Amino acid sequence: MPKITYVHPNGTREVLDVPVGTSVMRGAILNGIDGIVAECGGEMMCATCHVYVEEDQLGRTPTQSEDEKAMLEFTASERRPNSRLSCQLVVTDELDGLVVHLPETQV
Amino acid sequence: MPPPVVAVIGTGQAGFQTAASLRQDGFAGRIVLIGDEPAPPYQRPPLSKSYLAGDSSLDELWLRPETFYTQHQIDLMAGETVTAIDRTGHRLRLASGGEVSWDHLVLATGARYRPLAVPGVELDGVLPLRTLADADILRERLDHAHEVVVVGAGFIGLEFASVAIARGAAVHIVEITHHPMGRVVSAATSRFFTNAHIDWGAQVSLGTGVARILGADGRATGVETTDGRHLPADLVLICIGVIPNAELAGEAGLAVDNGIVVDEYLATQDPRIFAIGDCANFPTPFAPTGHTRGLKVLGRVRLESVQNAVDQGRCAAAQIAGQRAPYDKVPWFWSDQGDVKLQIAGITQGHDASVLRGDPEGGRFSVFCFRAGRLIGVESVNQTADHVVARRLLAGDPKLTPQQAADESYDLRAHARSLAGR
Repeated sequence: MPKITYVHPNGTREVLDVPVGTSVMRGAILNGIDGIVAECGGEMMCATCHVYVEEDQLGRTPTQSEDEKAMLEFTASERRPNSRLSCQLVVTDELDGLVVHLPETQV
Repeated sequence: MPPPVVAVIGTGQAGFQTAASLRQDGFAGRIVLIGDEPAPPYQRPPLSKSYLAGDSSLDELWLRPETFYTQHQIDLMAGETVTAIDRTGHRLRLASGGEVSWDHLVLATGARYRPLAVPGVELDGVLPLRTLADADILRERLDHAHEVVVVGAGFIGLEFASVAIARGAAVHIVEITHHPMGRVVSAATSRFFTNAHIDWGAQVSLGTGVARILGADGRATGVETTDGRHLPADLVLICIGVIPNAELAGEAGLAVDNGIVVDEYLATQDPRIFAIGDCANFPTPFAPTGHTRGLKVLGRVRLESVQNAVDQGRCAAAQIAGQRAPYDKVPWFWSDQGDVKLQIAGITQGHDASVLRGDPEGGRFSVFCFRAGRLIGVESVNQTADHVVARRLLAGDPKLTPQQAADESYDLRAHARSLAGR
């Protein structure tokens, strides 16, 4: 099962096995990782599952839709070039080893 | 002094959020979260969308895993019914016979489906869609249903209709008004969705009521309309709206008027009791009646949405934690029907003018709604960029004219940015 690493703002790392087909957001919620809120449940209506993808892994992540780009305007923490909504990062074998950094705040 | 106790009645999204936010805000007392549904807190929107379609699993519905509640010392009492609120003794009486004492009480009791009062509703195959249990039944019934009649063309009815069609059933939508979703969307958006459902293969009867449900051997076989037609059906969904669960509050002497009446801090007239989410009737500058925030005369609304549940849950938690601030969030809503996404910012009901931006023929457009010259809400169809701008604009004075909204060469994002510094 692909491993996804979630890095908290204080540097703590949590590594989870996330099944293929499950989003990075859902993986965090199901495993009780604080720092992902996901208030709309993955409908791209909010931006409370914001993560920063490890810079050198950006090329491996699925392409950003126009809707995701638009919704990223609502992030509570600074939007950066590596900002993603983790509900849109659906885990595949290719994403094994992905590292995402959690922002200071989601709301 | 013993640590304070916050009791939350209702394990829906609003109740869950209150408990979660209290802990996040550092509340150190006891939190009791009580709800009559047996399941732990779950998301309701997928029940008429992906969960019903079989595209998402039960695991994906939970707001948090069960370990969350023990981890955060939230005393979750699922499957428990509160029978009375004792305001002088600060206690809740439970159906199981126990009592819970409280220092602050949050009523997040939600709403229940509104039954249709016609003969035949007791027949097998006549079903509501409100809870997880309802959705589980419908999900299974849709495996075998051939002919479905949907009574009521609101969000839930239309979402259900699009799933039922996709799952191979013949669908007939019966709506008593002439405007599907007419309580919440403009005529243009209502028309667009009516046509979309017809394109997807549904039959739609507007301005049509239901006289009775027809049956044989205890099972529904059809619907008789008020204009005398017989529509065959082996599954009849009743979705004509909801009734706010305000009885407990009313019996405890709290004001009730289309929901539990609260002030701009979401407090009832008892300052230690709050009401939030679907059951709360609250003052807001976004209300379709009343007046603008400038004059501070606010109309009232009761909203049924995730945004309202979540933001009011956070707000109630903040009040209890001592951060006094009025509730002032921009309402937003969404609906998924077929391949069409509807997003609404603000409340468009009560508009006196509207302009179209984009092209309904091409399936991507927004309706910008104005009252007395001021933008009050925007309905976007497959047009998230407009929705995002609308939410930004409505957080203050939008300063957008109908002419600007209708002019597709006018840069709305730049307009929003120009106001950002205010």
